[in-house]
Amino acid sequence: MKQVLDFEKPIVNLREKIVELKSFTADSDIDLSDEIQTLEKRLKVLEDDIYGNLKPWDRVQMARHQERPTTLDYIAEIFTDFMEFHGDRAFGDDPAIVAGIAYYKGTPVTVIGHQRGKNTKENIYRNFGMPHPEGYRKALRHMKQAEKFQRPIICFIDTKGADPGKESEERGQSEAIARNLMEMAGLTVPIICIVIGEGGSGGALALGVGDRIHMLENSTYSVISPEGAAALLWKDATQARRAAESMKITAYDLKELALIDQIIPEPKGGAHRDIKQQAGAIDSIIEQSLEELRVLSVSELLENRWEKYKCMGDYKEI
Amino acid sequence: MLKDLFGKKRKYASIPNEQSKVDVPEGLMKKCTGCYKIYYTKEMKKNLNVCPNCGYHHQLNAWERIDSLFDKDTFQEWDRELISNNPLGFPGYEEKLEKDRQKTGLNEGVVTGKGLIDGQAVAFGVMDASFRMGSMGSVVGEKIARAIENAKNEQLPFIVFTASGGARMQEGLLSLMQMTKASIAIKRFSEANGLMISVMTHPTTGGVSASFASLGDYNFAEPGALIGFAGRRIIEQTTREKLPDDFQTAEFLLKHGQLDRVIHRHDMKQQLSTLLKLHEKGGTGK
Repeated sequence: MKQVLDFEKPIVNLREKIVELKSFTADSDIDLSDEIQTLEKRLKVLEDDIYGNLKPWDRVQMARHQERPTTLDYIAEIFTDFMEFHGDRAFGDDPAIVAGIAYYKGTPVTVIGHQRGKNTKENIYRNFGMPHPEGYRKALRHMKQAEKFQRPIICFIDTKGADPGKESEERGQSEAIARNLMEMAGLTVPIICIVIGEGGSGGALALGVGDRIHMLENSTYSVISPEGAAALLWKDATQARRAAESMKITAYDLKELALIDQIIPEPKGGAHRDIKQQAGAIDSIIEQSLEELRVLSVSELLENRWEKYKCMGDYKEI
Repeated sequence: MLKDLFGKKRKYASIPNEQSKVDVPEGLMKKCTGCYKIYYTKEMKKNLNVCPNCGYHHQLNAWERIDSLFDKDTFQEWDRELISNNPLGFPGYEEKLEKDRQKTGLNEGVVTGKGLIDGQAVAFGVMDASFRMGSMGSVVGEKIARAIENAKNEQLPFIVFTASGGARMQEGLLSLMQMTKASIAIKRFSEANGLMISVMTHPTTGGVSASFASLGDYNFAEPGALIGFAGRRIIEQTTREKLPDDFQTAEFLLKHGQLDRVIHRHDMKQQLSTLLKLHEKGGTGK
């Protein structure tokens, strides 16, 4: 059963009607091809209208879509010879983060990303893509290794947030995230971060310090989930739609605030409609970013990274 | 009689009359949050807001904290003139900021600067939880980052006292990016062999605990301070687990290896002073 989002319903209904008419035409002598043609035209207009005017809340739903491609889907499409490696060497392995090395067009790279599941069973195994401290420490171990062997780092961001649990607190969730922010700041290799689904607060940021930050068109990146914001601001989690508007969490909003570099277009109807096309779009952005970053010396790279984040902030002097 | 069994003695609540309100001026007395004993506010303040009876550490505002640590008249403030914009056009945000500026006499949730502790110069950031719950927006991030850069340039140690509910929602992702900004500043400072000391005070949570608060060469906390990443309620709702009473306290973190020491407020200046002295010669012992 395909997941249908609320705002897509008119499209799905029309599509079903067309299929019905087609099968009717095939089974009987009555020719309805004119009607079908009209409806197909109308479908195109409707699709353009709905998908071309997505509201922030629609994009939130799109970013959370059950079938939305995950880190491992993109790795399979974009890289070759991917080898996944496990464990933080201190406590355990966290399936909510995958990390390993692969070839990108002949160049060895380190790939790290949040990994959520597409069904309940997978999601339980992956903790819904919400990492524990050992996940972040595994990621850091791989980043340090990337630095040692001079491999660029590609991070895929896709998480509701870091795991909020008793054990995560005991093992230092805060410290694990903070450590990643600090260490990523000093890595001497290019880091490219791509938000592919939800970018949930500190849990996303812990893989998100880089030289380029790109976002898929229908992904989100926020300091708190719209539900959380609504609960805190208006004591009402059902106001999430309103919070999604005012929090400025879409790729377009964040591009305007100059917090991200590029918006990666999605196929009509979202990334899950055509994984290959989506992977192709991501691929070309990675290629472009790597080309831009490769020519920089280590000191230029680090200085630019500092400048990039130093500028983020909006204040005035009195 | 049955009536006597169920009959309740009527209780009267005493309502203070106008006269008695005048007799006890507002704010003269303070009830301890820990043991509920009542003290003169003045007496409590003299004790640095630590309860003389049970030792509960009540919050200090930024200036009280600064006075408690620095040698007299040695403090110089940085970047006082920075104030927040309303980058997302969030309704009511500017009014809230203005209200807190009036209430606290501060321009933002952190005071930065430099001063002397027992004659030793340090750069400094002190957060104040009474300004927007000490939340970190653009100004807090910027002031912390600038203070660390100043510390690097002037070759001073950097000490931060944190007190924060986390990232400031009304500035959206800009707030989150302050975590990165501060962390990169610390990285650069650390590469230059700068000494960074973090003292977490009540409360230190969310985006602040998940960035500069946890990045000291030494991480300390005051007794009983609440320190954590996620809020207790969220954890209870998500995991449906019973959490221990001391969950996310300084003592809990110490037990789990997340802190170097828990330091009583009355010992703070002396211990920081000793630690600074131990680093005087760059740790080389020459």
